[in-house]
Amino acid sequence: MDALQPVSGIAGFIASVAKVVLVFAGVMLTVAYMTLAERRVSAWIQDRIGPNRVGPFGLLQPIADGLKNLLKEETLPAKSSKLFFLMGPMIALMPALVTFAVIPFAAPLPTHWGVVDMVVADVPIGILYILAITSLGVYGLVLGGWASNNKYALLGGMRASAQMVSYEVALGLSVVAVLILAGNVTLTQVVWQQQQLHFWFAFPLSLAFILFLASAYAETNRLPFDMPEAESELVAGYHTEYSGMKYAMFPMAEYANMVTSSALMATLFLGGWDLPGSWDNMFWYHGQLISGFAANGSVILAHPALWKTLLTFVAFAIKTAFFLVVYIWVRWTLPRFRYDQVMALGWKVLLPTGLGYVMLIAGATLVLDQLGLPWGFTYGLILTVLSGLATAGFLVFLDRGHTIFGAAAARDQKTIVRHRAGVPAQAGD
Amino acid sequence: MSGAYLPLLLLFAVSVVTAVGMLVLTQIFNPRRPTPQKEMPYESGMIPLGDTRARFSVKFYMVAISFIVFDLETIFLIPWAVQARALGWGPFLAMTMFVVVLAVGLLYEWKKGGLEWD
Repeated sequence: MDALQPVSGIAGFIASVAKVVLVFAGVMLTVAYMTLAERRVSAWIQDRIGPNRVGPFGLLQPIADGLKNLLKEETLPAKSSKLFFLMGPMIALMPALVTFAVIPFAAPLPTHWGVVDMVVADVPIGILYILAITSLGVYGLVLGGWASNNKYALLGGMRASAQMVSYEVALGLSVVAVLILAGNVTLTQVVWQQQQLHFWFAFPLSLAFILFLASAYAETNRLPFDMPEAESELVAGYHTEYSGMKYAMFPMAEYANMVTSSALMATLFLGGWDLPGSWDNMFWYHGQLISGFAANGSVILAHPALWKTLLTFVAFAIKTAFFLVVYIWVRWTLPRFRYDQVMALGWKVLLPTGLGYVMLIAGATLVLDQLGLPWGFTYGLILTVLSGLATAGFLVFLDRGHTIFGAAAARDQKTIVRHRAGVPAQAGD
Repeated sequence: MSGAYLPLLLLFAVSVVTAVGMLVLTQIFNPRRPTPQKEMPYESGMIPLGDTRARFSVKFYMVAISFIVFDLETIFLIPWAVQARALGWGPFLAMTMFVVVLAVGLLYEWKKGGLEWD
């Protein structure tokens, strides 16, 4: 059997254009239907019905909303900076739409003209591209908030800037932990190493997963970290003065960032498009598409197929959808932090934890390599146990005096006596 | 190798066209009937008091400076992290020292009250 070659030339260019169009349309469509999903799920959680009148099950609601936003009058606050007021939503939206480009979303697809990688651009800078581009989004929020000539908007913009830069540090550190195991910054290799380890990184890197999850919520300004638009304090935060389509661009950017970060969490920690078993493992290794290494070190060639691509794409979509649903679920379950709590969590908890954890993982991999353990199941299992212990310690530390140990403290005799002296006894006291 | 970046350029173009297109379309279609009341910044229905672009807390600058220090640290960690297993113990010890120095800096800032918000 002759070696499979990556698609190139004119066919490669056409494939690139097709992938750009498909990914862009996919992200936009997911964003549109996330707005509907959020309203339906929130209604479900609050025992309401939610929008179900436009089309079957309300499925045409996003289109109606878009048209309405397009046709509504927009106000421009007096004494605002018109140019920056216009640029705010644009700068927020544009980076949000392009970050998805380096995330692989399915196994490579074989065609008549060569094998097509299911990623828009497998650039060598990989995840650095995502870190760089997502940081740009904050300029839109700050510019929009500052240009509005509104005190609430200004405060929202300031909060957005401080919060997003604070959690970017913790986000970066959790990514560093992943990179130690992956050995490269490209996301295709991150997926490949998870396939080779027989473990999705959520297990051997459980603490990094928790840090990344918390930081991603803060970076996308979602509850419990939605301080920039805390409606009980700042009316609507940085987009108070925006209306019509310019307003709609801010939520669109937020939802696009949610889609990208969910896909990124799925890729970094849940194996991306990987499914259990080695039948779908595929990676470009020195110009050959391989599925693994034999015991004597020689490569095993992969057999890409259309059904494998489709099945892995479904796996990727399900993992991403899972994180998107968790986003909505958390929003309608948890209350909002106070601003000083948000900043304290970022700087005093997540940053030191991230630093310590990176060194722990680096030390552990070096010890395991020194022992001559091969990269495989046992390796992953040891890291899983180690990270599990670190995660348990971290959670106990965070919980001190609260949920688990708070309940134990209430049974303490002194506490009961103090309670009874101060307040009337209640059921379950 | 540089050919890998071409699709990114295409995607950038598509997203710029989308963002600008939205603003242009709404500029064409939306009605404009401004009144002084509509243009007043929203301040809970009251006439806005004082200047908006007033001073804000110095804490935001503190966060910005701390961010530069620790984000650069993350950037320094990444080149080492991707090769950490191949490089072995020497660079690991060097990076540990680097992290400890920055951790002491964080501790100093913490004790000086640079991370407090009240």
